Amino acid sequence: MDKLLIANRGEIAVRIIHAAQSLGLKTVQVYSAADAEMLAVKLADEAVEIGPPQAAKSYLNIDAILQAAKETGADAIHPGYGFLAENAGFAQAVADAGLIFVGPDAATIRLMGDKAAARQQASLAGVPTVPGSDGIITDMEAAAQIAEEIGFPVMIKAAAGGGGRGIRVAEDAGTFRALAAQAASEAKAAFGDGGIYIEKLIARARHVEVQVLGDGHDATHFWDRECSLQRRRQKVWEEGPSAALDEPTREALCGSAAALARKVGYKGAGTVEYLYDDTTGAFYFIEMNTRIQVEHPVTEMITGFDLVAEMIRIADGQKLRHGLTPRRGHAIEVRLNAEDPANNFMPFPGVVSGLEVPEGDGIRFDHMLYEGYAIPPFYDSLLGKLIVHGTSRADALDRLAGALAQLRIEGLATTKPLFEALLKAEDVQSNAVHTKWLEPWLETQDLTQGDEAA
Amino acid sequence: MSHEIKSPIPGTFYRKPSPDEPPFKAEGDAVAKGDVIGLVEVMKSFHQIQSDADGVVASFPVEDGEPVMAGQVLAVLS
Repeated sequence: MDKLLIANRGEIAVRIIHAAQSLGLKTVQVYSAADAEMLAVKLADEAVEIGPPQAAKSYLNIDAILQAAKETGADAIHPGYGFLAENAGFAQAVADAGLIFVGPDAATIRLMGDKAAARQQASLAGVPTVPGSDGIITDMEAAAQIAEEIGFPVMIKAAAGGGGRGIRVAEDAGTFRALAAQAASEAKAAFGDGGIYIEKLIARARHVEVQVLGDGHDATHFWDRECSLQRRRQKVWEEGPSAALDEPTREALCGSAAALARKVGYKGAGTVEYLYDDTTGAFYFIEMNTRIQVEHPVTEMITGFDLVAEMIRIADGQKLRHGLTPRRGHAIEVRLNAEDPANNFMPFPGVVSGLEVPEGDGIRFDHMLYEGYAIPPFYDSLLGKLIVHGTSRADALDRLAGALAQLRIEGLATTKPLFEALLKAEDVQSNAVHTKWLEPWLETQDLTQGDEAA
Repeated sequence: MSHEIKSPIPGTFYRKPSPDEPPFKAEGDAVAKGDVIGLVEVMKSFHQIQSDADGVVASFPVEDGEPVMAGQVLAVLS
């Protein structure tokens, strides 16, 4: 590999360019007409415009990206996260063009992107999955029996639904029959398909995930991250290792992720996501993401390992260098978005009129900002990620408070006040959070901006 | 006499509630103050654009799915 094309934008494009440069690679940054001034364009050796602002015509335009690779002589493509990162058709098209795709092959992306197939692979690898009906049920007697076996409360979902539509919760066998029949007839009316499936309800769950890396033959894990603080199913705060797990549980959970990666011959960086039942201590596989994730720096801080550089090396045919990696201390990442927490997180595109980046031991700020940069309105609102590393969780929380106090992003409303408020929350300090904690807490808060917004 | 409906925010303008549905308003349609004439997507969040006057749609200077700046004219009423 000699020249890497980055098929993404924003902070992750900047991150990939830094990793490529550390490996001595030349870089090509593609960009839309709205992104000509972005930081990654300025940092890359070459830049190619690939289309208008709309992502569908630029960052999702496979032909335009392959054409840019051809014109510049790039021999590899890094997809980042989002956009085409988990598009099996793109991975295949890159391979068919004779180029290296930095990530797993198309077949693995397709396999793990299919929820049912991924769940089956997890079961075969010995990874616990959320107890459920293992498929669609149409017979209500059979459904009632499965619900008894799983144990109440259970969720009833319409097979043809999606996005949380038509989900019902049955607390006991008595209500189950009525609710299941109702769900089936509603699904029949709405989707023409009355099939339902059943899943155990985990009332108080944490989101815990495991970073894995594989070279197609062997795979290993890089410990866990907890991302329970979510708003509208978007992570806002990630940390690792999860302070909720005891060591035997952590070893079992992380080991199961490595086993799944080995089972599917995983190549590249990936994340295996779990629900952790805070009441019982059980964990269950949810899905595997076949890309580098936004929150990968948490893992880099506790292992001292450059995951992006490593996934590029592996794509270039090199072997996994490490067995089990030791970890050190505790890291926390918070996502600085161009959103106004005082106004229901309304997006706030604008011009960065001033910028002060926090510095110091155990502080890292991955971002796409510079003074005078106009944030385009066409893409997601992530501006950067503030990551801190401390000897313990308490130490990391202290460092986060200090780093936030140093960070100034002027001219925009950002989510910084959210994190200042979260640091003061008793449940955050004592780690008594779960995936349904943040939204009700936000209802009780008044998150006005400091004096930074224009 | 004509009236311009402008976008309060930058983003991508959509004339339809979803790709498979008809437009909120067609040229020649009567519009009352408060009627939704389109959506502007900014950073993956959608905002309804409501008419701030009564009238009849004379034209839509911006095509469905095209980028707009804050203050740009989305519809002209006569």
